[in-house]
Amino acid sequence: MARRPKLAVWKFTSCDGCQLSLLDLEDELLEVAGQVKIAHFPEATRRSLQGPYDLSLVEGSITTEAEKARILEVRGASRRLVTIGACATTGGIQALRNFADVSAFAEVVYARPETISTLADSTPISDHVPVDFELRGCPINKRQLLEVICAFLARRPPVVPTYSVCVECKRRGAVCVAVMGTPCLGPITQAGCGAICPAYTRGCYGCFGLDESPNVASLARHWRGSGVPADQVVRMLQTFNAGAAPLREESERHGRD
Amino acid sequence: MAGTRTIRVDSLARVEGEGALTLEVRGGELVDARLEIFEPPRFFEALLRGRHYAEAPDITARICGICPVAYQMSAVHAVEDALGVVVSDPIRLLRRLLYCGEWIESHALHVFLLHAPDVLGFEDAISMAKRNDELVRRGLRLKQVGNRIMSLLGGREIHPINVCVGGFYRVPTRVELSALEADLEWARDAAYETVRWAAGLSFPELERADERVALSSASEYPFNEGRVVSDRGLSIEPEDFEEEFIEEQVAHSTALHARRPDGRSYLVGPMARFALNRDRLSPAALAAADEVGLGADSRNPFLSIVIRSIEILHACDDALRMIEGYAPPDEPAARVEVRAGVGHACTEAPRGILYHHYRLDERGIIEEARIVPPTSQNQRAIEDDLRAFAAPRLEMAEDELRRGCEQTIRNYDPCISCATHFLDLRVNRR
Repeated sequence: MARRPKLAVWKFTSCDGCQLSLLDLEDELLEVAGQVKIAHFPEATRRSLQGPYDLSLVEGSITTEAEKARILEVRGASRRLVTIGACATTGGIQALRNFADVSAFAEVVYARPETISTLADSTPISDHVPVDFELRGCPINKRQLLEVICAFLARRPPVVPTYSVCVECKRRGAVCVAVMGTPCLGPITQAGCGAICPAYTRGCYGCFGLDESPNVASLARHWRGSGVPADQVVRMLQTFNAGAAPLREESERHGRD
Repeated sequence: MAGTRTIRVDSLARVEGEGALTLEVRGGELVDARLEIFEPPRFFEALLRGRHYAEAPDITARICGICPVAYQMSAVHAVEDALGVVVSDPIRLLRRLLYCGEWIESHALHVFLLHAPDVLGFEDAISMAKRNDELVRRGLRLKQVGNRIMSLLGGREIHPINVCVGGFYRVPTRVELSALEADLEWARDAAYETVRWAAGLSFPELERADERVALSSASEYPFNEGRVVSDRGLSIEPEDFEEEFIEEQVAHSTALHARRPDGRSYLVGPMARFALNRDRLSPAALAAADEVGLGADSRNPFLSIVIRSIEILHACDDALRMIEGYAPPDEPAARVEVRAGVGHACTEAPRGILYHHYRLDERGIIEEARIVPPTSQNQRAIEDDLRAFAAPRLEMAEDELRRGCEQTIRNYDPCISCATHFLDLRVNRR
């Protein structure tokens, strides 16, 4: 029998939700575990095997000096490195600190903020090391995660669409909430979630990040034109993928209004 | 034993998050036990300032991928307290049903995938499955039933999208909810078998006397409502929480530690909930607790795996009861009139009381937020348990002691992402 590839799961600054998606594959988990050797996955196992690893899944953003050093080690020990989730691909919700002074943030939470060691910005993994594939979402979709693992095992590119979630919304037959007057990030947001927000009659809030060709300025102009106040536009653009450059730049433009 | 020794475990696995444990041993005596937390801070209480109240449930959900519903529930109840919003009975019922889904999912994850391997002597559930295939598959399916409730009501399992201040964006039809019944009936039987299985395991001896704190209401096992009570006579409203429970920063942790005003530790979570609310369990869950001889006075933290199993059974029963009694509300969410105000709420996360406090301005913008998660409340109790567990066992073989200490921590199913995560155990013997 061929050698089973070694899979490793790494956590940086994050909520654990994306790696939980692997354990949420209740019907497939034992089969996946039969195809790969789970070499490092602290949330699930005490066992930790030495690298090199054939596939590393990386959750979380980089927010400390120690993490900056650790991601270099993880990259060095990994043949393929896939980042999973909004934190790892754009810096996550904690990248809201990038718009503020982090020491003021620490003072809000800690009595002795000087003892807290943290970086001024929360940054995606690709700012620090080369990344072989980025899987989006806050959280990721577990079906897409399974596709990525299968694709890497089969040495083929993952089939993960980069078009807008509007395509999924239409395919699902959901009523467009944007035409009903609800501000919706769908037109600039990458597919992958299955268009759940419009299906539950709410506007998309962009947790899968930007699609392949987003026109953020045009959408923001449309909202402003329909009476959405500037501060609400800023908040809508500054959520779980606020660190992505087009969202950051457009939100800062409206922040000055 | 020689005067000085150092035992070190670099990583405690199967917990949700990053930290370390140090035991200091001098001259054969245990002098200190510290649970160190290295989880990098994410400053949620700071980044919530300036956000709109309607964003609080979605933003605070991201504190924890394991218990996002808990964050959403404490957030909406605290904001509703600030804005004077009262929700209809069907909304109350649907929120409780959603919470049942999270309890079933989170408890099944912990009982079968994180905790059972300790008791049966495996590194993880996957290696455990090779000899206990049926047990692991039962656990995965139970977990899946919890996830199905969350997917239906919440839109997805992790970071549900359907919860809002006042209720939901869209409420299910009776027919949609009825689709969960067959799964839940299976799950109720599987949970009963799990209680019997868990009660038949052998546990280390340990008796702890920390004050137990949980929500309690007259008629229901607590999820979203009730006073904060303890087995030492405390009974307060959530708005007085910060007077009775003090959070402070300690040098070895990025998670704040909570204590009682006199400095004592206390504990929240399944052990405390069970002790204070046992008589309000569903009839089947109560009968199962009686059958395995587990009374409200159970003081051994290792029995938490049995109590979690009883709570899974209770949540299945409760979910079935709510589905049966469900009539959709006229509106999916109560009307909200924005005003300035201060609001507080405690709800029972799978790991215990989760407190939220918000101050809103007249436009509904959050001026101040405070969040006290269960794991930061339990940190001191975990350290106390470690001392009580390790002190009489210092002569144990190192690997055995290490595993025992890890299990002592896992009894609390600590969520270090919440409390700020990955534990690393060190025993310094001098």
